[in-house]
Amino acid sequence: MDISQLAENIHEFFPAASLFSGPESLNITCDKNVAPGVCDLLFNRAHCFFMGLDWGQQADEIHVIYLFLGPGNEYIEVQTGTKKTDPVFYSVSQAVHAADWYEREAAHVLGVDFTGHPKLGDFVTHNDQPPTRVLDAEGAFIMPIGPVFSGVAESIHFRLETIGEEVIRTVPKLFYKRRNIEDLAVGRTSGDVVLLAERFAGTTAISHALGYCMAVESISGTDVPKRAVFLRVFLAEMERIRHHLGVIEGICASTGLGVAASQVAVLHEEALRITGTVTGHRYGFGMVVPGGLSLDLPDDACLTAVNQVDDIVKRLEGIERLLVKTTTFLDRLEDVGVVTKTDALEHGMVGPIARASGVCADCRRSKPYGGYDVLRPEIPCEQEGDGFARLRVFFAEIRQSTVLMRRALENAGAGPVFSRVTPKAGMKTACVESPRGLAVHRVRVDADFRVQHYRVFSPSFANWHGFHTAAEDFAFQDFPIILATFGLSVAESDR
Amino acid sequence: MSRWALKGLKTGVVTTSYPGGDERASGISPGLPVSGTTNQAVIAACPVHALDNGGVRRNRCIDCYRCARTQGENMAWDRGFEWAQVKKEAVLPAPFKHAVNIRVLDAGDCGACLSEIEQLNNPYYNMHRLGFFITPTPRKADILIVAGTITKQMRPVLMKTWEAMPTPKRLIAVGACALTHGVFGQDSPVLSDILPVDVAIPGCPPPPLAIIHGLLAITGRKPGSDWEVE
Ligand code: SF4
Repeated sequence: MDISQLAENIHEFFPAASLFSGPESLNITCDKNVAPGVCDLLFNRAHCFFMGLDWGQQADEIHVIYLFLGPGNEYIEVQTGTKKTDPVFYSVSQAVHAADWYEREAAHVLGVDFTGHPKLGDFVTHNDQPPTRVLDAEGAFIMPIGPVFSGVAESIHFRLETIGEEVIRTVPKLFYKRRNIEDLAVGRTSGDVVLLAERFAGTTAISHALGYCMAVESISGTDVPKRAVFLRVFLAEMERIRHHLGVIEGICASTGLGVAASQVAVLHEEALRITGTVTGHRYGFGMVVPGGLSLDLPDDACLTAVNQVDDIVKRLEGIERLLVKTTTFLDRLEDVGVVTKTDALEHGMVGPIARASGVCADCRRSKPYGGYDVLRPEIPCEQEGDGFARLRVFFAEIRQSTVLMRRALENAGAGPVFSRVTPKAGMKTACVESPRGLAVHRVRVDADFRVQHYRVFSPSFANWHGFHTAAEDFAFQDFPIILATFGLSVAESDR
Repeated sequence: MSRWALKGLKTGVVTTSYPGGDERASGISPGLPVSGTTNQAVIAACPVHALDNGGVRRNRCIDCYRCARTQGENMAWDRGFEWAQVKKEAVLPAPFKHAVNIRVLDAGDCGACLSEIEQLNNPYYNMHRLGFFITPTPRKADILIVAGTITKQMRPVLMKTWEAMPTPKRLIAVGACALTHGVFGQDSPVLSDILPVDVAIPGCPPPPLAIIHGLLAITGRKPGSDWEVE
């Protein structure tokens, strides 16, 4: 089914819905009681990917927008509204499970109701009821972990329901770290908001800055110079390598393999230093700005960096060869924390985690942006969905990224790295494949180029939503391992 | 297993010579501006008002490089890391010089500060050799390191953690967010409004060596930076 057939289908089933097709987009506006049906059709029959839920408020109306990626990766928006005097929507999450957390968040933040949603209430501020137990067995109890736990860990709370050794289910509670970044952005200049975008997750700052800048640039119609486009790819892939090294280090540490963890840690620090040497900042803050880059990177410095990264990858491969021969290590990863393909799809999971479960989605291929249409990266995928499959994906992506870094450099050519962005009012959505997966940035700016609305659908949010599917029926001591193989950020999810 | 032992031995020692010697490797620090500017356009362009006439409020700087790059100002830049400011009267007495336990608390950081704190256990920095240990329990901790802007939900958690620690205890604020809310600039209280901060480590994020400097300063093994505490 392509997008025009899909539009016809919707029109046939829901004649009252008004449709508007643009280039690579389809906007559907409908009554709130029709929205669940439309979303059901999109998600379950047309197999569109659910990206997230955006919202807005006018004088006396609240509206919500369900965002999908169409069969040809078009943006499909399903918009519906209600009067503020009647703040009730109909939940779509029965049909589109991926929307479950988004509706809970919207319900809490907007103070609206989603009729038919199984669990609404206090999602963000933690004043809600004590946890409910589902297990009715002798000795069953809930083991709380966090928000302050382990050695160095982001603040998050888990409830592990257990009868002793075996954990039956896990409920993560997020939003301790909610900084309200999206609200803070409102009213700031578009140039200042990129600084906020970088800090959704500091360890993947470049990708988020890129997503935000792409949205702003497409509003103003800016042509980013070719050199900047490819240097951005260069930086983004370097970031992916650095991020994945951190995850692999965490996985080794969680299984108690001290030497391996230290070995990878050495490479991780070296990657940080390379980034620091090239961009001035160990996490690449301040590099990506609307219109291009804040600094031209000298070719020889970039080349040195690629060679150094190649060396890192070579040494990493040495470690990998040892790891796959270390049975005590493999025993702790294989068949642990399994995410099935069905679960991944239902929960709208993204990134390396989805790709380890047979969902081979990567927007660098499916919706190529800045330079990736030329580079056409290979997308490594695995099927098993267990901890080991995820580890293999992380390894494979690192290898792929070094190739991309080098090719980006070859393509960069000479020229400027910045072009002026002309202020223009508008709203755009941009997708980037951040190291943790698909990140969607939606930005609206006014004529003065101040941000009026900003919403981010982050990969960590989507993947935390599905985390519980991997953390069911396991032994206590596997919990840190499952956590490590997910490699998620809390800050990015809490925002 | 023996394969791993061999692998470890082959790698040799990579650990920094700091604090015994100097560390000058490239990429160890994002740096901070040393001295300000009198150019009003540059001062106005700083997103966190870290610059005023000729001066730098380093605890605010978020390393956006806007002054130096977009504005093209020739800023004097400190590529070092000995930035920690310490309250003289807070320096820990001698018994703490050999083993100090640290609890790390993330009060709403973006992940970068935490990542740099994690690097402290990295063979490159190996803070164990200096007698610093990260502990999972506040009951055993002598020092609390706080990173991030203090979110509403984390504030009670922060208070509980602090109260659970035995005295004497010290508080280290890591990074622009914990010091001044950094780029977020909320009007909610910063850490020093809530609890007595003994060491302030600026940077966004402060590199691992800056944090080590802070730890050495609070145990009296290195002098603190002579920048004034804001
Ligand atoms: S780097 Fe950015 S935050 Fe720091 S002084 Fe310069 S403009 Fe201000």
